[in-house]
Amino acid sequence: MTTHPSQVQLTEDGRLKHFLTTEGLSKALLTEILDTADSFISTQERGVKKVPLLRGKTVVNLFFENSTRTRSTFELAAKRLSADILNLDIAKSATAKGETLMDTLWNLEAMYSDMFVVRHADSGAAHFIAEQVTPNVAIINAGDGRHAHPTQAMLDMLTIRRHQHSIEGKVVAIVGDILHSRVARSQIHALRTLGAAEVRVIGPGTLLPRDIEALGAKPFYNMKDGLRDCDVVIMLRLQKERMNNALLPSESEFFKLYGLTTEKLAFAKPNAIVMHPGPINRGVEIESAVADGPQSVILHQVSYGIAVRMAVMSMAMSGQQTQATEEQA
Amino acid sequence: MTLPNIEQICQQLAHDLADYLQQQNIHNPLLVGIRTGGVWVAERLQSQLQLSDDATGVLDISFYRDDFTQHGLHPQVKGSELPESIEDRHIILVDDVIMSGRTIRAAMHELFDFGRPASITLVCLLDIGRRELPIQPDVCGTRLDLADGQLVKLGGPNPLTLTIA
Repeated sequence: MTTHPSQVQLTEDGRLKHFLTTEGLSKALLTEILDTADSFISTQERGVKKVPLLRGKTVVNLFFENSTRTRSTFELAAKRLSADILNLDIAKSATAKGETLMDTLWNLEAMYSDMFVVRHADSGAAHFIAEQVTPNVAIINAGDGRHAHPTQAMLDMLTIRRHQHSIEGKVVAIVGDILHSRVARSQIHALRTLGAAEVRVIGPGTLLPRDIEALGAKPFYNMKDGLRDCDVVIMLRLQKERMNNALLPSESEFFKLYGLTTEKLAFAKPNAIVMHPGPINRGVEIESAVADGPQSVILHQVSYGIAVRMAVMSMAMSGQQTQATEEQA
Repeated sequence: MTLPNIEQICQQLAHDLADYLQQQNIHNPLLVGIRTGGVWVAERLQSQLQLSDDATGVLDISFYRDDFTQHGLHPQVKGSELPESIEDRHIILVDDVIMSGRTIRAAMHELFDFGRPASITLVCLLDIGRRELPIQPDVCGTRLDLADGQLVKLGGPNPLTLTIA
């Protein structure tokens, strides 16, 4: 029997021991992640950026899907916590020789690994590993299929909190391919829990999930209505591979309707911030003048990404450790 | 047991610290309090020694504790606040209670990640013994001899209070 990921990721006394999803986590816990990340921002502004918190621990980056930014920010986060990190390019290694996923993981566990950072194309992969395969290794979900990308969502929450002072009461619009976006799903859960006044999704009908209102987001089909009075505009990357299956007419058509330009951004509040999880497709979902403009906080997001990952890695490791100590006692 | 009067000890501590700094020929020190109780004591010392606001800092040692593997991360990490540079500064490290010495070890580790101070002077309001590391305060308010298993806790910031549990 499988338990819901929001339960699997917590210890009996409600602390984080894996980080699989933002869904079902309390406001207090999400706030604790943001507060801890805030402290890690200040440690990174020093000459010596490392703290000794995870000294002697071994973190394995297990990326079954390609990623540059997420993988490198997890790597930096682990290094700045003084952990040892191993990067495994799974697609090119053991699994290509026929070893099963479980055998790979059990081997890594036998090498005394303490934490796996997992990205996988299948929804639920990180949850499956945390519950069924290696429960005593802390699992951090770095993106699973269309399901969740919780560290990206939390770095976005931190960005909003730092640049708009608070998440409570804010109107946030997420624009683009919501249907295929694990980032959007994780953002919607976190925004609702942290008290955003309204979460909107904007895109063509073919790229908005049918059940979006059940998640607590309001669908809009044009930018003018959707961006009106927004405090935060989050653009998603248009995944070009989706073009092939007739969900979209063309890149230029998409840019005309949903690409963020200076003119369209003017529908939002004058102090609205513009975010993007990267990598950005200039001229497809966002115009350079906006991406590089004064309202853009895109590069801040990258810096905050390291701090947020340091926070969840140290909190999950701490949860695993205290649970192990209690079990021994 | 009767608990000592905290305000009186603070005054005495400020007085002893002023003497110590004079003896050591330390001018323009940087007063650094360890969260949370040490910060309150440092604030008292700052006002009694009439040091300026930019002569103070705050240290949160949560990321440097040696018991992380047993007790995990403190849920409320607030971060350290120190001036741009502590290079060649004379630091007065302030804590409320010294016991094992582990907090001070962690604090010194963290200070060196900010830079290389000229010196560190350790000031503690209360010393309850039970040391586990070779670390002693240079200036200390008073020593308390507690029964086994007893701990003392400073409440504050206004007024400062002592409770024994």
